[in-house]
Amino acid sequence: MNVFDIAYEYRNFFLSGLKYTLLLAVLGVFFGFVLGIVVSLLRMSKWWILRFIATAWVEFLRGTPMLVQLFLIHYGLPEFGIEFSPIQSGAITLTINSSAYLAEIFRAGIQGVDRGQVEAARSLGMRQGMTMRYIVLPQAIKNVLPAIGNEFITIIKESSIVSMIGVADLLFEARSVTSISYEGLNPLLVIAVMYFILTFTLSKILGLLERRLRTGDHR
Amino acid sequence: MITVKNLQKSFGKLEILKGIDLQIQKGEVVVVIGPSGSGKSTFLRCLNLLEQPTGGEITFEGESITDKKHDINVTREKMGMVFQQFNLFPHKTVLQNIMLAPLKVRKQPASEAEKIATELLRTVGLADKRDAYPSQLSGGQKQRIAIARALAMQPHVMLFDEPTSALDPEMVGEVLEVMKKLAEDGMTMVIVTHEMGFAREVGDRILFMDGGVIVEEGEPSQVFGNPKHDRTKDFLSKVL
Repeated sequence: MNVFDIAYEYRNFFLSGLKYTLLLAVLGVFFGFVLGIVVSLLRMSKWWILRFIATAWVEFLRGTPMLVQLFLIHYGLPEFGIEFSPIQSGAITLTINSSAYLAEIFRAGIQGVDRGQVEAARSLGMRQGMTMRYIVLPQAIKNVLPAIGNEFITIIKESSIVSMIGVADLLFEARSVTSISYEGLNPLLVIAVMYFILTFTLSKILGLLERRLRTGDHR
Repeated sequence: MITVKNLQKSFGKLEILKGIDLQIQKGEVVVVIGPSGSGKSTFLRCLNLLEQPTGGEITFEGESITDKKHDINVTREKMGMVFQQFNLFPHKTVLQNIMLAPLKVRKQPASEAEKIATELLRTVGLADKRDAYPSQLSGGQKQRIAIARALAMQPHVMLFDEPTSALDPEMVGEVLEVMKKLAEDGMTMVIVTHEMGFAREVGDRILFMDGGVIVEEGEPSQVFGNPKHDRTKDFLSKVL
């Protein structure tokens, strides 16, 4: 069977895998984004203990393989009575892992915003939180959007490791198709193309967003 | 209105302000002049605690704002500040720049905030720029918007930190014009500037600072016309 026949014949497998890959990527991106902002703010906190915790978080999650983190959460935590379904473990791993990378991206972005912006906002009576939300973060995120896009794409691709704990994502389904059809290469080619379509679409959307956000910069 | 007692500020071992004493009355225009590094900008930035003083006391409208229990944000609402580098918010339009703090800090209704903003834009002569972004404006226009933004909070005093130092020479006039109008309308103002002609014309009182202290203060005619201290004379002979 050629690659098109495989794609068509086993379309239900691939589409079902796509559903889980997308679900995990969306969860990882969304919660990773929110948690990443929190971690980056903690890293710049006044209190050393918060800075320490956030720094340890980032260093640990960047310094250990994501697969190990996944196994620790899925097979390790049950030892302490905390059990997650494979989907949950996958979503949690992707979230915390991307939060570490995104926190570093956000920190660079926040520190890149001119100090005068903060001073202007504070001189108008805006409190620190308000200044962050309305003045600093919008500019910071705009400046680091390309880096954020890279991280989103990484999350989509790296989500394939969840197949190792039995989540029926794209990679998992490709291997199922292999075991049914005895086709080794073609199912992998099918999902490679599917992954590429996902990441390429995302990078196009982000490019569009970047141009949209640049409306203020007619220089 | 503002009382400053023995104000000190150090950065590490570097002593910038070595004990400043000053009283500013309501409606008064105080102009601070002096060589660069004399501490005049630091002094101004201490008045709304953008720089935290290391010693001394500042009282504003009867309240000690250097008191640890004092909420400085409330005071800052009543103290407008204009910066050398304008510091407009680049991701917001002119109108949004002006309306942001009234909306978020004051919780003004949008219609009222917009009315005030429109009025202020007319005052600074930029009504047609309401939907422009800061990057589309000239330096002089930016600074006039920054003044309007500070005025939108209806402050009781305005602090100007070298408002014309970053401007091309041909744009200085338009900004000074707006400031002059403000002074004529009775606004209390503290201005750090190198524009000696303006200081002389608009100031009610001139402070000459050097080395972290006020060396000489008095009416413009006295400080410019008949300076008492050698350092004042020396400085004025270089800039006039």
